[in-house]
Amino acid sequence: MFSSTPREKRRRKIERIAAVTCFLFTMLLVVPVLAILTYLVVRAWPALSLDFILENPQNLMQSGGIWAPLVGTFCLVWLTLAISAPIGILAGIYLNEYARDNWFTRVVSLAVVNLAGVPSIVHALFGFGAFVLTLGMGKSLLAASCTMSVMTLPVIITSTREALAAVPISFRMACWNMGATRWQTIRTIVLPNSMSGILTGVILQISRTAGETAPILFTGVVFYAPVAESGFASILPYSVDQPFMAMSMHLFTLMTQVRGVSEEMQYATAVALVGLILLISGGAIGLRTWLRNHRRW
Amino acid sequence: MNSCTHIQFDHLTVHYGERIALQDVSFTIPRHAITAIIGPANAGKTTLLKCINRTIDFESTARWNGSVYVNQVDVMHKKCDCIDLRRRIGMVFPLPVGLPLSVYENVAYTPRRAGMKSSPELDALVEDCLRQAMLWDEVKDRLQHLGTRLSGGQQQRLTLARALSHRPEILCLDEFSIAIDPVTTMKIEDILREMKKTTTIVLVTNLVQQARRLSDTTAFLSSGRLVETGETEQVFEHSANELTRRYVCGEFG
Repeated sequence: MFSSTPREKRRRKIERIAAVTCFLFTMLLVVPVLAILTYLVVRAWPALSLDFILENPQNLMQSGGIWAPLVGTFCLVWLTLAISAPIGILAGIYLNEYARDNWFTRVVSLAVVNLAGVPSIVHALFGFGAFVLTLGMGKSLLAASCTMSVMTLPVIITSTREALAAVPISFRMACWNMGATRWQTIRTIVLPNSMSGILTGVILQISRTAGETAPILFTGVVFYAPVAESGFASILPYSVDQPFMAMSMHLFTLMTQVRGVSEEMQYATAVALVGLILLISGGAIGLRTWLRNHRRW
Repeated sequence: MNSCTHIQFDHLTVHYGERIALQDVSFTIPRHAITAIIGPANAGKTTLLKCINRTIDFESTARWNGSVYVNQVDVMHKKCDCIDLRRRIGMVFPLPVGLPLSVYENVAYTPRRAGMKSSPELDALVEDCLRQAMLWDEVKDRLQHLGTRLSGGQQQRLTLARALSHRPEILCLDEFSIAIDPVTTMKIEDILREMKKTTTIVLVTNLVQQARRLSDTTAFLSSGRLVETGETEQVFEHSANELTRRYVCGEFG
């Protein structure tokens, strides 16, 4: 057998310590996640049912369910994405594929980074001034979605740029050498191979949009706006020029604004919000895995 | 400039930032012949090729003076249509790049961009290009496999097949044989000799013997300057310049 020198023994010991330390800190991360979920579900258990999901809040929120805010959040998320995803992805493509490295590009990049650093309550004030008042949208689903779009744009732009930059430059060079235009190269080679990264960035913004409260507080969300029980309005309950209910705001209302709401209902609302976000994030991870397995280099 | 001239470098100087890559280079490349460009590392050989198809544009620090005429048109002029130019030039760089597409689509890439639809003609064109690059026999049963999964040498030949797919009037090869085995290299060289009847071939190579056996004319560059150019026989047997003589004899470089 080989006999190990003191130096090798020491190296092996350090290796072991490093691995164990990293493992312990990873576990440290898992504990609060599991604890929060368990605690929420246990406390909410008596109130959780299908009816709770599918009913409008009734009787000053003291009974009924969370259907209206759930639908409201759903509409908000998709309208926000419909606005911010095309703008963000196209801007990301411009900045990574077309823009030359000059002062203008650097100013734009700086603006994107700074926009990402603006607190959400400041976005709310901006949205109120710009969309609700100046553009005359009023407190509405559209105004709230526009505000959310401004907030999510910088992250979508940045993640799109990262995803595009991960495609090796040699692929582009090969195409350009063959006389392909920039757009042909982007469409045939760059986008198909960065789609998983771009989509991950976009979908992660879904859960952020679903969870944020401040930006919609002044711009569109209201205390109570039930979904119609029947007819056309039960399928498309909120038109874009009307105010709406949202999960994050509804939870805040239940906790602090109305009396006599059972604790079970408060916890059940929180579980539904976390559940919605986990569902969407899970979908994102699934989609990303699928696209990654179909990546072609 | 006479009708035999295909490419003419006219007092071409290229800087990358502060570094000079090419300095006052003037010579001509004849039509329908193989021209070898030889020289030690850092001589500016690749830069010369990048000027022919204007991919020098993608070097952000590059600045240049002088002209390169292809068919009497100055391609270094800023009004030159680079896309049109590049579609008439085949370019193979030393690092093999298989695009993340199937083998078939790799070769069909340029014809499709030029508007060709799936058809028996396209199939025939792809097969022909792969045959010319000596790759057909190895990939004919797996045309739908990914080009990026081929071995390094196969990807190199795939790159060559791709460069041939738009039937270029000028074919630029930069160290095309670096990852290809000697037997296959010889076969490709035979095909290049055949192709020069209809195509102008510019060959950058570090293999002095390859330049000697393949080319009609040779240009020798060193440190960004053109040292000597002429008939290959002339350059190798009766070098006018001492530096050229030492390089082709393998004494430096």
